[in-house]
Amino acid sequence: MDTLTESPLVPRTDTLLDVRDLHVEFRTRDGIAKAVNGVSYAVARGETLAVLGESGSGKSVTVQAVMGILDSPPGFVTRGEILFRGENLLTMPADQRRKVRGAKMAMIFQDALSALNPVLTVGYQLGEMFVVHRGMSRRDARAMAVELMDRVRIPAARQRVGDYPHQFSGGMRQRIMIAMAMALEPDLIIADEPTTALDVTVQAQVMDLLAELRQEMGMGLILITHDLGVVADVADRIAVMYAGRIVETAPVHDIYRAPAHPYTKGLLESIPRLDRKGKELYAIRGLPPSLTDVPPGCAFNPRCPMARERCRTEVPPLYRVTAERGSACHYWEECVGDD
Amino acid sequence: MPEPSSAQDPAESVGNAGAGGTMDFAAEQAGSLTAPPPGEHLVPEGGTTTGKPRSLWSDAWHDLRRNPVFVVSALVIVFLVLISIWPKLIASGNPLACDINKSQDGPAPGHPFGFDLQGCDVYTRTVYGARASVTVGVCATAGAAILGSVLGGLAGFFGGWWDAVLSRISDVFFGIPIVLGGLVFLSVVTNTTVWPVIGFIVLLGWPQIARIARGAVMTAKQHDYVQAARALGAGNTRILLRHIAPNAVAPVIVVATIALGTYIALEATLSFLGVGLKPPTVSWGIDISTASTEIRDAPHMLLWPAGALSVTVLAFIMLGDAVRDALDPKLR
Repeated sequence: MDTLTESPLVPRTDTLLDVRDLHVEFRTRDGIAKAVNGVSYAVARGETLAVLGESGSGKSVTVQAVMGILDSPPGFVTRGEILFRGENLLTMPADQRRKVRGAKMAMIFQDALSALNPVLTVGYQLGEMFVVHRGMSRRDARAMAVELMDRVRIPAARQRVGDYPHQFSGGMRQRIMIAMAMALEPDLIIADEPTTALDVTVQAQVMDLLAELRQEMGMGLILITHDLGVVADVADRIAVMYAGRIVETAPVHDIYRAPAHPYTKGLLESIPRLDRKGKELYAIRGLPPSLTDVPPGCAFNPRCPMARERCRTEVPPLYRVTAERGSACHYWEECVGDD
Repeated sequence: MPEPSSAQDPAESVGNAGAGGTMDFAAEQAGSLTAPPPGEHLVPEGGTTTGKPRSLWSDAWHDLRRNPVFVVSALVIVFLVLISIWPKLIASGNPLACDINKSQDGPAPGHPFGFDLQGCDVYTRTVYGARASVTVGVCATAGAAILGSVLGGLAGFFGGWWDAVLSRISDVFFGIPIVLGGLVFLSVVTNTTVWPVIGFIVLLGWPQIARIARGAVMTAKQHDYVQAARALGAGNTRILLRHIAPNAVAPVIVVATIALGTYIALEATLSFLGVGLKPPTVSWGIDISTASTEIRDAPHMLLWPAGALSVTVLAFIMLGDAVRDALDPKLR
C-alpha cells in the first residue's frame, strides 16, 4: 500500500512552514513523556491548517517547538526538521531565530489575560513590537499601536491605548493579542486555541476577525483547536492528532464527508446534532493514553471499535487515501466505506 | 461584524456590539479613566490619555501625588534628608558642646528637649543624629537592595548552576548571626565613619533581598506573558528588564522598606555594643543606648531620639507601601 513519508501531501511551491518528522519529549522525574512522535505537516501562504486533538495530543507542544518557546528543560526536540521558508529553524543561531519570531511568525495565545503583561499598558505592549523589530521611537510606536487597535476594531482606540489589560473585556483582550501577532504582518500566524477562553458569542466575532485579517494579509495560519465547529468555518485543511502523532490529514470537506480514521469518526459523531435530538450522544470510550506509556502498535487501539490483532502490534504509517489525504489506520478503507 | 470604529469619531463606537459593550463596564470600574459613562463616548480630543506615552513609572507617579499617605511620608523623608545635610537649618547649637553640670536636666529655655547624661542638648543631638541614621538606613538599604535584586534576579531568571552557587553563598551569610558577625567584623575596623557599618549591613543584608527577588522573578518567569514576549521576538535582556522586573519589584520594595527600618535599628544595636558608630559621631543609636539605662530617671533622654527613630522608620515603611500600591495597576 502507498504510504506518505513526505509531509506535503500536495506538491506545492509556496510552502511556508514544513514540519518534518518532529519528535519532542519531556524528560520528567516520572520518566520520558513522548509528547510528539513524528509529526509532519505543512502550511502554505494563504492557507489555514487546523490542528485538531484533545488535551495532551501534542498539538500545542508541536507549535511551541515551531515558535522556539518550548520549556527546555524538560522539553527537548529529539528528531526532525522545522523548515520555515526553506530554512531549518532548529539549526538556526538563536539570535537569528529571535528575529524570525514576532516579525515573520507570530503566535496568538489562548488566554489573553495571562499572555498580556499586567503592569504594562496595551499601547506599550503593542508598540514594543515596533521598538524591538523596527527600532521605532516610543512615540511612533504608540501611534502604530492606536492604528492596530483600530484595525482589530477596538472602540475608542485612541482613548484606550493607555489602559491596562485588566481594564478590557475578554473579547477585547483577545483582539489585542491578535493585533500584537499581526503587528509586523508576519507570514505565518499560529493561534493556539484563540477562542477557548471566550464565551460563545464573542468566540464567533474573534474567529471572524482572525479569518478576515488572515485573508486580507494573505498569510498562513495554523489554528489549534479542539472545537470542530470552529474548524469547519475557517480551515482549508485539517490535521487530527492523537498521542503525539497525526492520525489523519485531509482537506476540510473530505473529513466532514467521510472520515478515514476511526478516531476522527468518533470525534465527528460526538458533536451534538439537531437532527439527532433525543438520542444518546456518542462518546469515544476510554481515556487518551499516558504519554509516558503509549500502547504498542496503533496508540488508539485500546479505544478503537475497529481494532484487530494487527493494530496491537504494528504502528500504522500515514497511508495515502487520495492525493491530498492521509490516514494512519491500517483499515482506513473500511472506515471511509462505512458511510 | 460591526463597522471598524475610528478614533476620530468616538461617538460611532457606542454602537459597537458584543464584546465592545463589556468594555464600558471595565472602564467604569477603573474609576480614574477619562472615558465617560456608556452612551457618551465624547472624549475631547487631546484628552489626558492621548498625550505622550505613559509608562508604569509615570502612571505610578500620577497616582502617588494624589495619595495622602505618600505625600505625608515623602514630606517627612524630605525634611529628614534636609536636616541630615544641613542640621544648622533648625539647630544652632553644637551637639558636642556639653555641660556636665546639667546632666539629665529637664527642658530649659533654649533647650526644649532637655539635657542628656553628659549634659549635652538633646534637641541638638537629635537633629544631628538624623545624619548618621538616615545615611546608614538609606545607603545600607540601597546597597543591599541593588546587590540582592541583581544577584537574586539573575539567579531566578537563569537558574541552573548560577542559581545553585548563589543560593549556597546566601545560605552561608544567612548562617552568620548578625550581632556576632558585627562584633567580629567591626571590632577590627578602626575607621569611625558610617561606611564600615554600612558595608557590614549590606554584606549581611543582601541575601534576604536576593532570596525575595529570586522567588519573585521565578514566579513572574512562569507567566504566559513572558512566553508571549519571547514568541514575539524579545530577547533575554528585554524580557528581564521590561516584562519581569516590573512584576517582581513589588515584594522587593516592601522587604527593602521594612529592612530600612531594621537597618537603622541595627546600627543602634551595634552602636550600643560599642562596635557600630563611636562617639564623637552623633547618632540616635548611641543616644538611645546611653539613655536606655537611665529611663526611670530621665525618660526625655530616650523619648526624643527614639521618637525620631520611630517616625523615620514609619515614614519609610509608609512610603514603601504607597509605592508598592502605585506600581500595581490592578489597584488603580
